Amino acid sequence: MQLKTVHTPHVPVRYFEGGTGVPLLFLHGAGGLVAGDPFFAKLAGKYHVYAPLLPGYGDSEECHELRDMLDFTLHTWDVVDALALKKPIIVGHSMGGMIAAEMAAIAPHDVDRLGLIAPAGLWLDNHPIPDLFATMPYDFPKLLFHNVEAGAALFTAGVAFDDPEWLKSFLVSNARQLGMAGKILFPIPERGLSARLYRIRAKTILVWGDSDKLISPIYAEAFKKGIKGAELVAIPEAGHMVTIEKPDQVMAALGRLG
Amino acid sequence: MKFTWFNLMPWPYLPDDFREKNHSVWVDIDQNLFDPVKSHEVYNTYLDLMEYAGTLGFDGIGCNEHHQNGYGLMPSPNLIAAALARRTKDVAIVVLGNSIALYNPPVRVAEEFAMLDCISGGRLVAGFPVGTSMDTNFCYGQIPALTREKYQEAHDLIMRAWHEREPFAFNGRYNKLRHVNIWPRPIQQPNPPIHIPGGGSVETYDFCLDNTYSYSYLSFSGYIRAKALMSGYWERVAQRNTADHSPYRAGFAQTILVADTDAEAERLYKEHVLYFYNRCLHVYPGFADAPGYRTIKTIQSGALSQYAPPKGYADVTWAELNEGGHVIAGSPETVRQKMEELAKSLHVGNIFCLMHVGNMPKEKCMYSTQLFAEKVMPKLRNVFPDYADDDRFWCKPIAKRVTPGNLPAERDLAALNASH
Repeated sequence: MQLKTVHTPHVPVRYFEGGTGVPLLFLHGAGGLVAGDPFFAKLAGKYHVYAPLLPGYGDSEECHELRDMLDFTLHTWDVVDALALKKPIIVGHSMGGMIAAEMAAIAPHDVDRLGLIAPAGLWLDNHPIPDLFATMPYDFPKLLFHNVEAGAALFTAGVAFDDPEWLKSFLVSNARQLGMAGKILFPIPERGLSARLYRIRAKTILVWGDSDKLISPIYAEAFKKGIKGAELVAIPEAGHMVTIEKPDQVMAALGRLG
Repeated sequence: MKFTWFNLMPWPYLPDDFREKNHSVWVDIDQNLFDPVKSHEVYNTYLDLMEYAGTLGFDGIGCNEHHQNGYGLMPSPNLIAAALARRTKDVAIVVLGNSIALYNPPVRVAEEFAMLDCISGGRLVAGFPVGTSMDTNFCYGQIPALTREKYQEAHDLIMRAWHEREPFAFNGRYNKLRHVNIWPRPIQQPNPPIHIPGGGSVETYDFCLDNTYSYSYLSFSGYIRAKALMSGYWERVAQRNTADHSPYRAGFAQTILVADTDAEAERLYKEHVLYFYNRCLHVYPGFADAPGYRTIKTIQSGALSQYAPPKGYADVTWAELNEGGHVIAGSPETVRQKMEELAKSLHVGNIFCLMHVGNMPKEKCMYSTQLFAEKVMPKLRNVFPDYADDDRFWCKPIAKRVTPGNLPAERDLAALNASH
């Protein structure tokens, strides 16, 4: 898997590329994507995967011109164009799922296969999504994992809150990454997608961890209702980070896209 | 020196175990702790205290804007300022300020500040804070990474609304207005003096210097810890070859408590100071800094939030607060010495005197305020003789001001018939 750069009209975009086969565009969640992501390795075992980083994520350049949902959606289409991909399978996790759904709604004739893994983008008054932006780092594992202990171990590897230099770099990357994510997720991760879902024509697979405490599986039903013909694959004993907790089952679910 | 008597207007009835039993004093504070009937007296007492300070020779009386906050009962500072404008005479009304990114459209700020300036006869000192992350992002839902851009646009719109004399169209990113034409406009021309509260970012230093605004550091951590930040500001002033280093280019907020002796100050004020630091500053750290609210430059400069001190204020003592300079308390002579040290070490001419603290009752507050006004303030007036004439950062009231509440007891029939 390689980290490369592609030029778009706004900024150079960093992306991971790996594997061979059918092209698949993978859009990461608000937490970002690292080279060692085990799910990414699985994807690359079956597809030719392109995983662009949203500007500001990882070591990529920030882009202040991207401000709202339409900007994010069109920017990601710009990335597809820059990579010269023709109708890739589009898969997105969480925030990436929100962007993927918007892409499919805005350009329904350009997306045939869509995988939405615990996507953001809808809001149900009776099931408010926890405020990610007010959550302290040590509280994330509870929201993100079914197996909180294992998740916490993953989460705290390399963490050194007592070290001012580490803390500074943590705050900088938080400001860059979550600052960017906040443009479409803060204070409520909803930008009108529900009114556009009907436009999606792609074959759509929804993947959801049964014990997702960030975006409750109740949202899976709302997406299913909104996207014609969407199939839901519910995965037991998995939280919001279902890609980490049950990668094989997520792969099997995406396999249904053909 | 310019002294502004400042009231944060804290709720004085937070329970003893507030810190232990509550998530936060800000944003999601327990609704059950507020009692509207009790607030009637609280508000009126606080306004009385501000008016009282206005009679003692303070240059200004000040208020600010907070939302969903147990230590700041002023979601609308302009309402407080309006009440003060009618009941005070010569003192400046310092609104520090309106979080201009939160007003939709921000023309509202241009209008309300103009009204305050007109009603008060030109006594307004205006402030334009970005607002804390708690207020701006978590309570008022502004997107953190876009807050500063929206703030900047609001500023530009307000200034144009004040300065232009013809209706104009404003095609902003956040504000689309075809006909901007505020009516009324402020007495003070071209605009009331402007103070910008900041937290150590170079961008804000430059913004103040570019526009001749006064930079205010409003902190609860006192003058000793403020040294690093204010030095950064003055270094920037020097770096940019600014024409002068007037101390009125800067302001600082300081908690001040005066009694006959140092021991009496501790006896009278300790519980109220501890109430403030222990209960009122119990802010859930997750609300302190929404990611994207601070610029990368600011984070890299290491200016960490005052709301999350390294060890917290849970067990802080009176002695620590005094030694650390968070609080300047004691006899008039003790307070004078420390205030002089503050003014000189930070090189600040505008002092925002936090003289009502926590759950302090009015009698103690009046006592401390009076001692400061009579025995401390006069001795500090001439700390910066070279800049005595610098009036760029203060209001300029009109000479001939009316006396409010001055209708004749009986209607004058002759005058009635003479007017048409």
